Amino acid sequence: MELLDSFLPHGLATVIWIVLKIVLIVLPLMVLVAYYTLAERKVIGFMQVRIGPNRVGPNGLGQPIADALKLMFKEIILPTKANKVLFLIAPLLTLGPALAAWAVFPFDAELVLADVNAGLLYILALTSVGVYGVIIAGWASNSKYALLGAVRSAAQIVSYEIAMGFAIVGVLVAAGSLNLGDIVRAQDGSLFHWFWLPLFPLLVIYFISGVAETNRAPFDVAEGESEIVAGFHVEYSGMTFAVFFLGEYANMILISALTALMFLGGWLSPFQGTFLEPVFAWVPGLVWLFLKTAIFAFLFLWFRATFPRYRYDQIMRLGWKVFIPITIVWIMVVGLAVVLELPWWFD
Amino acid sequence: MLENYLPVLIFIVIAFVIGAVMMGMGFMLGSRKPDSEKDSPYECGFEAFEDARMKFDVRYYLVAILFIIFDLEIAFLFPWAVVLGEIGMVGFVAMSVFLGILVVGFIYEWKKGALEWE
Repeated sequence: MELLDSFLPHGLATVIWIVLKIVLIVLPLMVLVAYYTLAERKVIGFMQVRIGPNRVGPNGLGQPIADALKLMFKEIILPTKANKVLFLIAPLLTLGPALAAWAVFPFDAELVLADVNAGLLYILALTSVGVYGVIIAGWASNSKYALLGAVRSAAQIVSYEIAMGFAIVGVLVAAGSLNLGDIVRAQDGSLFHWFWLPLFPLLVIYFISGVAETNRAPFDVAEGESEIVAGFHVEYSGMTFAVFFLGEYANMILISALTALMFLGGWLSPFQGTFLEPVFAWVPGLVWLFLKTAIFAFLFLWFRATFPRYRYDQIMRLGWKVFIPITIVWIMVVGLAVVLELPWWFD
Repeated sequence: MLENYLPVLIFIVIAFVIGAVMMGMGFMLGSRKPDSEKDSPYECGFEAFEDARMKFDVRYYLVAILFIIFDLEIAFLFPWAVVLGEIGMVGFVAMSVFLGILVVGFIYEWKKGALEWE
């Protein structure tokens, strides 16, 4: 920063410094997304007693790069009947928010790009924009399958967004702040001060809603390859499809990381307050955050390998008739506990 | 205070630029061989018939309307949740009344069958 300041005007130096930091976040994230797709194929492969991709590079480690190169050289089809501008904006609206949400994400106690007080509100707002990508893609494609997939998907996403929002309100009540860093600091103490214990129903609901929000199995009727082919992105090919794909996987990692942050204490060491704490004091918080995120990221893959697809009416019933009532009740329980100063996880 | 949000703004711009650049590279590197059959809407081997912008179930609209009500509710709950520790019992009771009204409406729509998908 000082170096840049010395030979550039102050405003420009600040902007370049910020851009450098953003690149430091986005590049590892893109690599993570690329290798998450490989991890998915490997994990599901092993669960089905196969080996998974193993041709490109040692153990198939070159596979994501090969996939990216292949997609880059594929033809991008613009259907004649499609609304061209909207057709091209839709993938951007899926990938953009999935990346931009990381702006306020605290990776460690001091490691955050923008330490803003409205952090969680910003993330909730950005993840809500994702539904526009889906619905615009479905409408602009001007294809029956795409429209059906988009409408199904949009109704499903907004339904689960309510349960998700209520679960986040529960976290806010317990933490008393919208700042993501403060939410983690409110869980300081030990494994049993993390919010997974007092907010356990909300943890389950938040994560399952996250799976439904990202249109992942077992909630993937929007894609439903056996009936509506690929849903809203049936007309997309080449890089336009790749951008959708990246957006979906970036969203999955984002949901996993947010769950780890709000319910599993983010960067906090799991050995806090025990005799093991000094032994593991050298491990940076980023590593703990990564491991906790990996747990949920793995669950995403495990779900896909395990559960058969839900029927649409079952999905809507789960969202509206099970999750929303439970979250409302649990918000009141947590709210009452906070007002009566019962919460022992606060000290 | 507000300069805290500058990185957020730059991040949003960069996020969209990344997507645009990736698609731009696809356009530059990929081949372009347009063909009237290839570029027609996909329909399992059929010639596409009728308009693709077809009618769909009214219940999707219903879900969207209900979503707006509940999403607003969440927007109201956010500030309340942040300061609940300070406003204490009065704030809690006030929000209970508000949530109670919402729940009455929720039960009504449930009984009316607005949430049924046969």
